[in-house]
Amino acid sequence: MPDTSKNTSPYTADRNIPGAFEGETVTRRRFMTGAAHATNGIAVGMIALPAIGFALGPNFKKLEERWEAVGRPDEFSPTEYISRTITVVAGAGETGKTTVYLRERNPDIDHEPEDEYNQYIAISTRCMHLGCPVRYVPASQRFICPCHGGVYDFLGEVQGGPPVRPLDRFYTRVKDGLVELGPRFSVNSELKRFSPRDPAQDLDALGQYLFPSRPTIRKIPGT
Amino acid sequence: MLKLPSVPGGAPPRPGTPAAEPASLKDNASEAAISALGWLDERTAISGTARWVMFRKVPKGTNWFYTLGTSTMMAFLSQVVTGVFLAMYYDPSPNNAYESMRHINNDVFLGQFVHGMHRWGATTMVVLIFLHMGRTFFFGAYKYPRELNWVIGVILVLLTMIMALTGYLLPWDQRSYWATAVGVNVFASAPIAGPYLGDFLRAGPEFGATTLSRFYAIHMLLLPGLIGGLIAAHLYLVIKHGTTAPPWIEAEIDEDLRKSEA
Ligand code: HEM
Ligand code: FES
Repeated sequence: MPDTSKNTSPYTADRNIPGAFEGETVTRRRFMTGAAHATNGIAVGMIALPAIGFALGPNFKKLEERWEAVGRPDEFSPTEYISRTITVVAGAGETGKTTVYLRERNPDIDHEPEDEYNQYIAISTRCMHLGCPVRYVPASQRFICPCHGGVYDFLGEVQGGPPVRPLDRFYTRVKDGLVELGPRFSVNSELKRFSPRDPAQDLDALGQYLFPSRPTIRKIPGT
Repeated sequence: MLKLPSVPGGAPPRPGTPAAEPASLKDNASEAAISALGWLDERTAISGTARWVMFRKVPKGTNWFYTLGTSTMMAFLSQVVTGVFLAMYYDPSPNNAYESMRHINNDVFLGQFVHGMHRWGATTMVVLIFLHMGRTFFFGAYKYPRELNWVIGVILVLLTMIMALTGYLLPWDQRSYWATAVGVNVFASAPIAGPYLGDFLRAGPEFGATTLSRFYAIHMLLLPGLIGGLIAAHLYLVIKHGTTAPPWIEAEIDEDLRKSEA
């Protein structure tokens, strides 16, 4: 082999590489190696990228916004909850359903700003500790979680146990003389609306930044 | 007698086998076995590898605690076998999953037994893997040059725990559904990445039809393959390094050798 270590010319011919062409800066062996690696990379990418996209796709797909009629306005009282079962995910059978507790807005206790979406208060049964189903107990006017002892008061605010924020709510509206129940939203300890968060995600102070909202589910813009 | 093709030109005659004696059935059988193995070995040179794997030197003081790794592997293999049979009857769709589990337990011959083996086997594997981890920790077996095997082990523990989480959802009854909801929310409670991880596991913001099939695919396709491959790498390193002696075994010092080297 000719000694090429001291020769720094960009041309292979000047570096005494056997079989070099005039004006060539990359040896053909090197070029072939590079081309084979690039082809390999493209082939792997062609298989891997669609597969990864396929697996991650649902992370960017927005949950369909559903409104479901749950009764006539006169069925609801401002002082007691009644329960309704609604469908939150279509096409998943029983699994896509959830129980919601509903009552009419009561200005004596509901102090959050009034708008078209909270004439009726709809409380989600998803515990804000880790997501077990809470049950409303009329005798004590509290929501109780069976899993780790979470307790919420009449407004859904945490009274005891491990939950980190008040129970989620659902938008409600009145349409064609019926009360309709819409998408879910989350609330912080002042019952301010936030895009839905999973349980165990605090929404006070830095919480909303530590647990960002996701592309799959957002609150209704402007609320 | 069974004769497989041998070396071209014929095998050289075995020394010490008198040709005249009539071969007994036993002789014929062992001849056949040797011939078959010889055929295989000539084409794969497998016997060297087999000897490397099986006839290893073990340190003085090796005891029952050294069987925990193998026991974990056996638990894993048992999960693989019983899992394959469960998959023959199980249907990972939200409307049929529970019904197919009921069918396995109540109607299929020995179904409840195989399901029970898989269920208890899962717990057993988790217990054994932690005992094995404890053994290697307390015996100092994670030290140089075995750090990489410890790292592989840690990945195996994580994958095993994810196996336990994804498998728990599959019966699709009240307990498995809510326990998994809680499990996913534990993942989702990690700051910043948590919410997106939760969406990934559920395939969306809510539990749905895709959640179950996604857990099933992870549980029976993705992770068993990964765990199998990692166990192979783990065992390769165990054989390459040999096992560590228990910490209470003192190194033997050869006084003569020491003198001769001084
Ligand atoms: C699927 C799970 C696992 C299987 C099948 C497995 C299997 C084995 C086997 C058969 C051995 C040799 C015999 C023995 O020492 O018990 C071994 C050794 C070893 N394992 Fe594991 N193991 C697993 C998980 C782990 C974990 C979780 C750790 C630690 C984080 C670990 C760390 C080690 C180390 C450091 C050795 C070397 C022991 C020595 O040199 O004495 N393994 N493993
Ligand atoms: S899930 Fe409700 S208290 Fe833990």
